[in-house]
Amino acid sequence: MTLSNLILLSWIIFFIGLYGSLTKKSAVLVVISLELMFNAVALNFVAFSRFAPGGLIGSTDIANVLSGQVMAIFIIAIGAAEAALALSIVIAMYKEKNTIEFSETIEIREKDVD
Amino acid sequence: MSNNEVVWLILLLPLAAFFVNGFIALFTSYKNSKFSGYLNVTAIGVSFILSLYLAIIGLDKNFDYQSASFQWISFGIFEITMAIMLDELTLIMISVVTAISFLIQIYSLSYMEHDDGYSRYFSYMGLFTTSMLGLVTARNLIQLFIFWELVGATSYLLIGFWYKKQSAIKAAKKAFLMTRVGDFGLIAGILLIAKQGSQYLDITQFYLGIQSGLFSESLIFIVGLLIVIGAIGKSTQFPLHNWLPDAMEGPTPVSALLHSATMVTAGVFIIGRIYPAIGYSENLGLIISYVGAFTLIFAASMAIVSNDIKKVLAYSSISQLGYMFLALGVGSYGAAILHLFAHAWFKALLFLGAGSVGHAVHTFDMKLMGGMRNKMKKTYLTMLVGTISLIGIFPLSGFWSKDEILIGVKSESTFLLVIALIGVVMTAFYMTRMMAMTFFGDFKGGHDNIKYDDIHESPNLMTIPMIILAIPSVIIGVIFSSPIDLGFIEKHAMVSFLDHNKLVFPNYEYHEFKFDIMIASVSTILALIGISFSILNFKKYKFNINFLNKLISNKYYLDYLYETLITEKLFYKYFSKLFSVVEEKLIDNFSYKLTASLRWMSNKISVSQNGQLQLQSITFVLGFLIILISYLVYLGAGG
Repeated sequence: MTLSNLILLSWIIFFIGLYGSLTKKSAVLVVISLELMFNAVALNFVAFSRFAPGGLIGSTDIANVLSGQVMAIFIIAIGAAEAALALSIVIAMYKEKNTIEFSETIEIREKDVD
Repeated sequence: MSNNEVVWLILLLPLAAFFVNGFIALFTSYKNSKFSGYLNVTAIGVSFILSLYLAIIGLDKNFDYQSASFQWISFGIFEITMAIMLDELTLIMISVVTAISFLIQIYSLSYMEHDDGYSRYFSYMGLFTTSMLGLVTARNLIQLFIFWELVGATSYLLIGFWYKKQSAIKAAKKAFLMTRVGDFGLIAGILLIAKQGSQYLDITQFYLGIQSGLFSESLIFIVGLLIVIGAIGKSTQFPLHNWLPDAMEGPTPVSALLHSATMVTAGVFIIGRIYPAIGYSENLGLIISYVGAFTLIFAASMAIVSNDIKKVLAYSSISQLGYMFLALGVGSYGAAILHLFAHAWFKALLFLGAGSVGHAVHTFDMKLMGGMRNKMKKTYLTMLVGTISLIGIFPLSGFWSKDEILIGVKSESTFLLVIALIGVVMTAFYMTRMMAMTFFGDFKGGHDNIKYDDIHESPNLMTIPMIILAIPSVIIGVIFSSPIDLGFIEKHAMVSFLDHNKLVFPNYEYHEFKFDIMIASVSTILALIGISFSILNFKKYKFNINFLNKLISNKYYLDYLYETLITEKLFYKYFSKLFSVVEEKLIDNFSYKLTASLRWMSNKISVSQNGQLQLQSITFVLGFLIILISYLVYLGAGG
């Protein structure tokens, strides 16, 4: 297991999430994709914290080297909160529009020119 | 009062009358109050007296007046000054302009009496007088040009004075546009002088520059030629002559003042102003003399067939201006100005007479006149004096001035002398014809079949100026061009007066004036031949060469050429067609294509602006990636 492998994995997860969030019609799938991106970022933090020079291996400055892990925990917490918020928006959207597909909810679009 | 103040007063009095009358005409309800006329008469009368005063003190040979010039416009080294020039030429011009303008104001009091635009008329007249005086007193060429244009503008206003008449509007436009062709030459010439250095715009500096050989001969030739083009436009020489007959649409006093006595002589005046240039470029003199010679025959031929009394006089003016050009071209500066001076009086008189006749029979068509000598004694006699003077019969003024010209021409070229003498015959012929058709024979009914017994002489206000004008028409030649010393005035007074202009002729040497008895008798005999031929033609034979008659009475088809062929066909049809094609196919099409492509592009782009959250996110991501990649490329390139 090396740093570059982990970063590659993080990239793959991030772009799967990005792709999903940009293409999926269903709001729930978009929220799931956003969570994937959060986790890719969190994975990055942990990987750097573990492998970067002055990282966990061979270090005695525990408070400093754990900052990456702490950040990952923060991200998970924010991700959970954000998921709750996002799901509540989805529910509100369903109540309002009777659908959870983004393409059906456009309101700010201009009229076609010509 | 100093001379400077006198000149300013002469200039400003008519201007003040213009402003007051203009105010009355525009903002008050007294649009034809008698006050306007009296104001003009007073203002211009005072100007006249002051000009006379200047002219009398100017007779002194030591009179040397130069006003201080003051700076007017300055851009760095380019400076335009303004100053008054009072040389011999100017003194003669201001006297003529104010005197004739004054008499014509008096005449107008009665002639324009029942016109709605009484105040407007007098305000224009005041403006014209100021502009003309400004033109002849200007020392800087730019200053001169401004007044030159003002004179043109007032001419436009006065020709189109009866603006409800279509023909008057057309004539005004024609006069303005045709003189503009000449003005283009004039301003080009002035700018060419300015290019040599702005100080040469001052006429005295220009003289000095020429006399000290600062300019090359080709430059003098080009500058002179351009200014002569301006003079040709203003003085109605061929080929820019045909606005003047149309300008007769204006009120008759206007024709008398502007289109015979003063404004049209501005061209002769400006050639007199740049006269040293002609002395230094022989070809220039040649061009001027040939233009003049051709015009004098050409215009006289049209005067012979014209049936409108004012148009006969208009063509006659063109022809006489041709004489002046001829004289200037052959180097008889004094003779040209003498003829200008003498011509102004009797031609103004003849026009006023024509106005008086027209006033009586309500038309200017000579075919409808006839036999009026018994009814309009004063008009008839004064016009007779003017006619004889114009024909050039001894001892009236026209004889002397024409004689000076003929002597000058004789010393230069026999061919031009022959042309000038043919002109004498033609002048005698058409003037006699005009007098005969108007005052002799049977009355033909006038415009609306007036009874012969109802015709009456014009009021005194109209006849008195004519009688006054008749006096100089008789005596001016004898006084100012007398071949012998009269005691109170030297011989050939005016020519020698003009020759004393130190600015124009710095190397003045007295030379003996010759009175050539041969020329005088030949021209008199020719004039008598012309008169008798004309009387014979009037009484018995109506010579009628159809082809020629048609050609001439159609004004040699020059109006047709200018108006129909050039203006309508060439400009309206082909030129404007070319431009409309350029506009439609090139300019419009370009803008259509441009807007169409922009619209196409915006349509394509507007697809992205459809409110789709995810699509907009994609553009955001793409944009971010572009920035990122370009940053990486930048780093990779070693930045």
